[in-house]
Amino acid sequence: MLEIKNLKASIDGAPILNGIDLKIKPGEIHAIMGPNGSGKSTLANVLAGREEFEVTSGEVTYCGHNLLELAPEERAREGLFLAFQYPVEIPGVSNTYFLKTALNEIRKHQGLEEIDAADFLALVKQRMKTVDLDESLLKRPVNEGFSGGEKKKNEIFQMAVLEPKLSILDETDSGLDIDALKVVANGVNALKDNKNAFLVVTHYQRLLEYIVPDFVHVLYKGKIVKSGGRELALELEAKGYDWLKNGNGQGS
Amino acid sequence: MSTEIEKIESLTKKEYKYGFVSDIEADTFPPGLNDDVIQALSLKKNEPQFLTEWRLKAFHHWQTMKEPRWAKVHYPEIDYQAISYYSAPMKKPKYNSLDDVDPELLKTYEKLGIPLAEREKLAGVAVDAVFDSVSVATTFKEKLSELGIIFCSFTDAAQNYPDLVKKYLGSVVPMTDNFFAALNSAVFSDGSFVYVPKGVRCPMELSTYFRINAAETGQFERTLIVADEGSYVSYLEGCTAPMRDENQLHAAVVELVALKDAQIKYSTVQNWYPGDTKGKGGIYNFVTKRGICKGDHSKISWTQVETGSAITWKYPSVILKGDRTVGEFYSVAMTNNYQQADTGTKMIHLGKNTSSTIVSKGISAGRSNNSYRGLVKILKNAHNARNFSQCDSLLIGDKCGAHTFPYIEVNNTSSKIEHEATTSKIGEDQIFYLNQRGISTEDAVSMIVNGYCKEVFRELPMEFAVEAQNLLSLSLEGSVG
Repeated sequence: MLEIKNLKASIDGAPILNGIDLKIKPGEIHAIMGPNGSGKSTLANVLAGREEFEVTSGEVTYCGHNLLELAPEERAREGLFLAFQYPVEIPGVSNTYFLKTALNEIRKHQGLEEIDAADFLALVKQRMKTVDLDESLLKRPVNEGFSGGEKKKNEIFQMAVLEPKLSILDETDSGLDIDALKVVANGVNALKDNKNAFLVVTHYQRLLEYIVPDFVHVLYKGKIVKSGGRELALELEAKGYDWLKNGNGQGS
Repeated sequence: MSTEIEKIESLTKKEYKYGFVSDIEADTFPPGLNDDVIQALSLKKNEPQFLTEWRLKAFHHWQTMKEPRWAKVHYPEIDYQAISYYSAPMKKPKYNSLDDVDPELLKTYEKLGIPLAEREKLAGVAVDAVFDSVSVATTFKEKLSELGIIFCSFTDAAQNYPDLVKKYLGSVVPMTDNFFAALNSAVFSDGSFVYVPKGVRCPMELSTYFRINAAETGQFERTLIVADEGSYVSYLEGCTAPMRDENQLHAAVVELVALKDAQIKYSTVQNWYPGDTKGKGGIYNFVTKRGICKGDHSKISWTQVETGSAITWKYPSVILKGDRTVGEFYSVAMTNNYQQADTGTKMIHLGKNTSSTIVSKGISAGRSNNSYRGLVKILKNAHNARNFSQCDSLLIGDKCGAHTFPYIEVNNTSSKIEHEATTSKIGEDQIFYLNQRGISTEDAVSMIVNGYCKEVFRELPMEFAVEAQNLLSLSLEGSVG
C-alpha cells in the first residue's frame, strides 16, 4: 500500500529526514517511535503533503500513485488520513458541515453521489459511539473550545466517518489520560480490517498496549535505526532512548 | 510557505467580467450643476414646490462645504461639474430571451442562486409571458396597500404623499449633515419610500426588486422608511449579482424613522463594480445611512454585506432617542485587489436604558485596505446605556491592510461598554487541515471566511444569507464563472 524509498526532507534548509525506507501492506499496523526531534512528526506531515517541508530526495508510492506528486487534498481523497497532533480550530464552521463536505469530496473522487442528509446523520451517530464523543460537539464549530481530549477524539471520529485506507496518527496519545487513550485505541481497533493500514507515531509505548502493532520502527536522527515486532517497543521502554544514543541501535 | 501565500493570492484575484454598459437610450442633461439644473431636474420629476426649494437650499449649503478627506481612502479629485445630474431611463430590453445572454453571466447568476425570473431582469431580458414581474409586483402592491403600507419610488411619494415626505425627509440626515449628503439632497435621482402604519407587521420582506421602475434609480439614491408605532418592516437593498453602472460616483442617503415600539430591519448586499485587478475604474460608494429610534422601545437593525465598489465610505448609524431603544449593526466588508473600504457605524445613545450591538467583520485580500471606523456616544441623560462592540479583521495574503478606529465617548457613568477587537490571518494550518480532509484550497478559504462571517450572515433573511455566502465564495474565487 505504501512504499517509502530513501526519503529525505528538510525544513528551511535543515535536513530532518535522512533516508527513510518503509513498506506498509494492507491489514498492518506500524508504529514509529523515537525521541523528540527524531523526525517522527515530520515523516507524518511529509506523507500528508505539508508544504513547509521540502522533499529533497526519495520516492513514495501509495496505492500505485507517486504520492509526492499529489496535492494534499488529492492524497486525502485517495484515502490517506492524518490524525493531527495539534488539530486546528475553524471558527464558525460546524463540525457536521465540515465533515459532510470532506466525506462528499472523497465520495466524488470515488465516483459516488453525495451522501444525503439522513444517511449522513445516521452514519455520524453510529460512528460517534465508537469514540464516545458527545453529540453536542457535532453542532459546535470545528475544534473550537474543545478540550485537548475532545480534539483528539474528534480526529479519530473523523477517521471513523471517512474510512481511510491509510491512517497516520501523529502522537494522538500525547496529552491524553488513560480513559481517552483507550477510547482512541478502541476507535482504531474497531476500524481495523484486512484492507486498511495504520501508521502510529508515538513517543511512548503506552498507546501500543491498546493498539497492538505488527511492526515497530525506531526513528533516530531522521533514520529508521531499528525495526522489530511488538517486543521492540517494550525493550525501548525499559532501556530508554539513551540506549540508541550509545550506538546500540546503529547498524540494524 | 511562500507558495501557499501565492496560491491564496491567485485565488483572490478574481476578475469582474461585467464592466460597464453604455448603450442606453436616455434623455440626459449636459454635465454641470447650478440652480437652473436643479430646478429643471425638479420640474422633470414633477415635484411639489417645497421639494424644489429644499433641493436648492441643500445645493447652496453644499457650495459652502469642502469634500471630506479624513477617511482612510484615496482617490483623485472629483470634478462635480463634469457629472450629468439627470438621465431619464428609457431602457429597452437588450435581449429577447436568456438564450441571447452571455452564458458566463448566467453561470454567475446560477452560482449565486438567483431565481430564474430575477436572472432575466438582471440580464436585461424582456420579461414575457413566462414570468411577468410587473404583474407579480402589482399583486404584491395590492397586498401591501390592503394593509395600508406604502411602498413606492421616491418620485411617486413626493407626488402622492407630499405631507409624509415633507414631515420626515431630512429629519434623520439633515441636508447640511455632510458633503455627500448635501449633494444628494440637492440632486437625488430617485429611490424608495416606505411607510408602515400603526400596528402593522409587514408580511413580506420589502425588496427593491418588487418595486416597479426600480431598475434605474441612478447614482444619487434617496430612501426614506417610516415605521409608525408598533409596526415592523424588513427591507432588503441591493443584489448579490454583479451590478454595472456607468456612473462612477454614488452618493446615496438612507433615512429610517422608527416610532414607539416599531422595528426596522434593513439589510444590504452591495456588489458594485470594484474596478479591475489593477484598481482602475470602479464605483465610489459614498453613502450616508442613519436611523432614528424616535419612540420608546423601538429598534433599528442594520445588516450589510459589502463586497463591491472601488471605494466604500459608509457608516450606517442609529440615534437611540427613545427610552429602551435598541440599535444593531452587523457588517461584513470584504475588499480585494485595490479596493478601499472605510466603514463602520455610529451609535448615539440619548435615551435611558438604551442598548446597542456592533459586530463588524472585515476581510482584506489582495492589496486592499479595509478600515473599521465606529463611534459609540453615550450622552449625559442616557442612564444605564449598554454597548457591545466586536470588530474583527481577517487578512488574506500579506499585501493588504486592516485598520480599526473605534471612538468611544461616554458622558454618563451608569453606562456599560464592551469592546472586543481581533485581527487574524487565514492560517496555513487551517488550510492544510481542510486540505488533509480532501477539501481544495479554494473551498477551504471560502469555508474559513464564511465561518468567520457567520454571526453576521445569520442576521440576514434566509435566501439573502445563502446568496451572500455564495457571493463571498465567488469574490474569493480565481475567476467568476
